[in-house]
Amino acid sequence: MTLAAQGIDTGDTAWLLAATALVLLMTPGLALFYGGMVRTKSVLNMLMMSFVSIALVTIVWLAAGYSLAFGDDAFGGLIGGLDHLGMNDLGPASVHGTVPTLLFATFQLTFAVITAALISGAIADRAKFGAWLVFVPVWALLVYVPVAHWVWGPGGWILDDLGALDFAGGLPVEVTSGASGLALCLVLGPRLGFKKDAMRPHNLPMVMLGAGLLWFGWFGFNAGSALGANGLAAAAFLNTLAAGCTGLLGWLFVEQKRDGHPTTLGAASGAVAGLVAITPSCGSVSLLGALVIGLAAGVVCSYAVGWKFRLNYDDSLDVVGVHLVGGIIGTVLIGVFAVESMTGGAEGLLHGGGFGQLGKQLVAVVAVGAYAFLVTYGIGKLIDKVLGFRADEDHEHTGLDLTVHAETAYDHGVLGHGAPVGASLASSAPSSQKAKA
Amino acid sequence: MKLITAIVKPYRLDAVKTALQESGVHGLTVSEASGYGRQRGHTEVYRGAEYQVDLVPKVRIEVIVEDADADAVIETIVKAAHTGKIGDGKVWALPVETVVRVRTGERGPDAL
Repeated sequence: MTLAAQGIDTGDTAWLLAATALVLLMTPGLALFYGGMVRTKSVLNMLMMSFVSIALVTIVWLAAGYSLAFGDDAFGGLIGGLDHLGMNDLGPASVHGTVPTLLFATFQLTFAVITAALISGAIADRAKFGAWLVFVPVWALLVYVPVAHWVWGPGGWILDDLGALDFAGGLPVEVTSGASGLALCLVLGPRLGFKKDAMRPHNLPMVMLGAGLLWFGWFGFNAGSALGANGLAAAAFLNTLAAGCTGLLGWLFVEQKRDGHPTTLGAASGAVAGLVAITPSCGSVSLLGALVIGLAAGVVCSYAVGWKFRLNYDDSLDVVGVHLVGGIIGTVLIGVFAVESMTGGAEGLLHGGGFGQLGKQLVAVVAVGAYAFLVTYGIGKLIDKVLGFRADEDHEHTGLDLTVHAETAYDHGVLGHGAPVGASLASSAPSSQKAKA
Repeated sequence: MKLITAIVKPYRLDAVKTALQESGVHGLTVSEASGYGRQRGHTEVYRGAEYQVDLVPKVRIEVIVEDADADAVIETIVKAAHTGKIGDGKVWALPVETVVRVRTGERGPDAL
């Protein structure tokens, strides 16, 4: 992504415009995926945590994030410069490779958006909404932006110095969100009733719809990362499809063997696990590699989601089990399955490249995971001290939909669920409605 | 008069309703219910975590009939709700002191 300016190519630009819209759609898709997995009383809060991330991260990215991530390196491959604060100096004529810089910046912005939103799954049902509003911009600047610079920024130490590979964001998106999710759920502590009460997903069709939208958007995420309408985009696209499929089947296979039933939540989760794992590797491995990586993620992640019950951390919607574990699998296995025809150089263990690439991938995963975990833990603790991050106990019992947003998602039964019995419109309606009444 | 309450499997509701109509019962009340008997509940699995769901969905059917009809009505409900499988439900009867039709103020068997 450090191509010299070559002038705008309309085909590349058209594809990246579409890909950017696809990636943005993933966040509302994630909202549905997560929203269906929580209980009825907090589905709106879950949706809101994703939606508000779109707004918050966009503002932060345009103000400073883009410059610090993709501006010229300012300090040892660790952070970019301040030249493009507020998108300064960038206009319709600015070019990044063969696409407009403003489009490249927007494409990258959609990655930052969904990464922040992903973390919310680890703290479902129990975070103060106000604390989340503070957390997201601070986290985006202190965690996402530096890691994006390390990996993709001009002069970033992971790709440019170390030589690790990450095509579409296994490190900045998947490992970062997973490690940050783990840190934040440790700061907040488990949901009331964790391991005692059944906290079943309230709407699995919503989960399936969300997973479908995620998968659809993932083509923009991965194939868009080629930054051009070309053969590499096509290969990444096909790898994305293949890994999602083997991830889905791998997870179902484990469920059938272990639990006796292939579940819808398993199918959705397996597809996402496969897609997570192929994200870093889709531009480095052959189709065979993609099939194996997806399968490995589907199988391993389906076991990993059980860790929270054994180790006593409440990662509510399995951000760690799916994104951290899947991201590690995909990033590390590049060192095994990388092929020269895709990477244009590096080759993995299986193709005679030795252990060198594998070692680089491991260093990158450990560095990014540790950084994201530690800094997020610090931000979380600080917010918890100053504002309180955990919702009040009775708010959590009642549900955050009603207590935070004054709404309920569903109107159940003849008495209505949201309004007190006998409540009438008149007492609270705007005057225009009163007049009509 | 007797209040007959039946807790049955939701999918048997139509059969019970039809049988009661054919046997001349004029009105009934149906509500959603949940509970368990000897069969306890069932198990659901989400991402490998098993949840024991004790309370199984049921419907509660209530009819008030004259004393003389009570046994026949109970028999009708039991026949219509019967599947022979676990969880078919229960039917019971209680004495009713008064019934008033709200619209007309009629009392007793006239209000049925």
